[in-house]
Amino acid sequence: MAERVAVGPHEPVHVVGEMVATRRAGAYRHLTLTAPGVPERFRAGTFVAVSVPGHTARRALWVHRVRASSAYGPTLDVVVEPTGPGTTWLASQPVGTPVTLTGPLGRPFALPKDPVACLLVGDGYAAAPMFPLAERLRERGCAVALVVSAPDESRLLSALEARRSARSVTVLTADGSVGRRGTAADHADELVARDVDVVYAAGPAPVLRAVAAAAERHGAWSQVAVEVPTPCGTGLCHGCPLPVVGEDSVDRVVRACTEGPVVRGDRVRWDVL
Amino acid sequence: MSAVVPGPVMVAAGCGGTGRELAAYAGPDGLAGLVFVTRSLTLDPRPASTDPRVAEVPGGLLHDVRLPNPGLEHFLATELPWLVRAGVEVVVSVAGSTMGEYADLARRLSRAPGVAGLEVHLGSPDDVAAGVFETREPFHAASVVAAVRREFPADRPVLAKLRPDASRVVEGARACHEAGATAVVVGNAVPAAFPDGRSAGLGGPAAAPVALRCVLAVARALPAVPVVACGGVHDVASARIYLEAGAVAVQVGSALVHDPTTVTRLRADLAAQHVSHSDPQEDA
Repeated sequence: MAERVAVGPHEPVHVVGEMVATRRAGAYRHLTLTAPGVPERFRAGTFVAVSVPGHTARRALWVHRVRASSAYGPTLDVVVEPTGPGTTWLASQPVGTPVTLTGPLGRPFALPKDPVACLLVGDGYAAAPMFPLAERLRERGCAVALVVSAPDESRLLSALEARRSARSVTVLTADGSVGRRGTAADHADELVARDVDVVYAAGPAPVLRAVAAAAERHGAWSQVAVEVPTPCGTGLCHGCPLPVVGEDSVDRVVRACTEGPVVRGDRVRWDVL
Repeated sequence: MSAVVPGPVMVAAGCGGTGRELAAYAGPDGLAGLVFVTRSLTLDPRPASTDPRVAEVPGGLLHDVRLPNPGLEHFLATELPWLVRAGVEVVVSVAGSTMGEYADLARRLSRAPGVAGLEVHLGSPDDVAAGVFETREPFHAASVVAAVRREFPADRPVLAKLRPDASRVVEGARACHEAGATAVVVGNAVPAAFPDGRSAGLGGPAAAPVALRCVLAVARALPAVPVVACGGVHDVASARIYLEAGAVAVQVGSALVHDPTTVTRLRADLAAQHVSHSDPQEDA
């Protein structure tokens, strides 16, 4: 079979897991999967790539939560927005469906050594990795302010749960259906201005760009999880070009799946992304 | 199995990344002994564009044909030593905009330690977009092979990778073999286009029947020419179709995007089948 135990503690594994729970949450579907070896290796910001039967390219999904133990052993939760044939297939499968996936993939968010003030911004389903990140940061004694934003209420991820993960929570919806009206980009300056040392963000490029720019203006570090379609997720196909500026000020194109998805916000060439 | 052609399972050009990406999925034996065709290298680096390079279509993948690669120098300095250390049988895919560039690449690679063989990229889905020497005419393809063969040691294989053009593939295979190609690789990406009109190559299961037609044609017309098949190979059954059609080896490409363990699994499965086939009880 395709399974194998990886050697390194953070090396990804390719395994056949099983869908053990599936529930609708607004416009999204939360799936709980067993995936031997993946929950143990997960770090906030890494993702999994699911092989969808009959499709060559794979579907990259953010990991929302891992549980070290449950009735099914270690599990992971992913958030799926059914948009294309692959994600629609995945969202419509019943409990018990075998799911072939590879993970955890990509570079995770880097955690600060000292307890600093962190602002976490998650937009839409990409807010998923902000919850485990908030937990890790709180374990390190960081003050965590979480911003959960979405176009509308149905695309707002776990606002209730957010209140358990962070000291302060701001909810934003573009249509004003719940929380404050506006996008994270609209409020970026005001949010970052509140004495923040590090900004973490995940969401669509315009949100990341605005948040990274605000962080730079206010002297904060920013780390953004960039979402570029990743056909394989493993770095093989070179199909997820991410334009960045290197430490040496030279423009480069790196792979979002392996050199990312988390990169420094001030390194991304947003104008050509 | 021809002793001069590596096989029976190879990683197709451009589909195995730099090689490192596969290591995590290679199983307990690692990449040792894996026949790995590198992405096509040009003398000078070709920067990657930021346009989407890969897109899914029903049954396959479209990919950009412009051959982004780090250039020969960078490859020799970083990727090649890593592959050699990992025990990989490195077959370097070479592409040039002139015949001289092909010859240059072959000469310099002939001196690089650890290069097991060359694959000459002659079947781009779009020569103009790829910026490579126009090899639509079998005579031109053969000239490139001859130029490479002159610069590369005779005891190491030179594979000629041809486009799966059913009407001319036999002619191309014959010309390249006569020019010194050890074997021909049949089944490059099929010429296609992205929805926005850019040139693309179509690979994956959708391209398999086209590649099979070409493999059959070459194997029937030129039984003395070893044929390596490429197109939609993802498991033993899909590999066996080509092997039964007369191919001596298969290359695995797009399937690695779907499942990075494909090549490891296929090597093991084919080896296991080979053992069981030699057991007469098994066929009963």
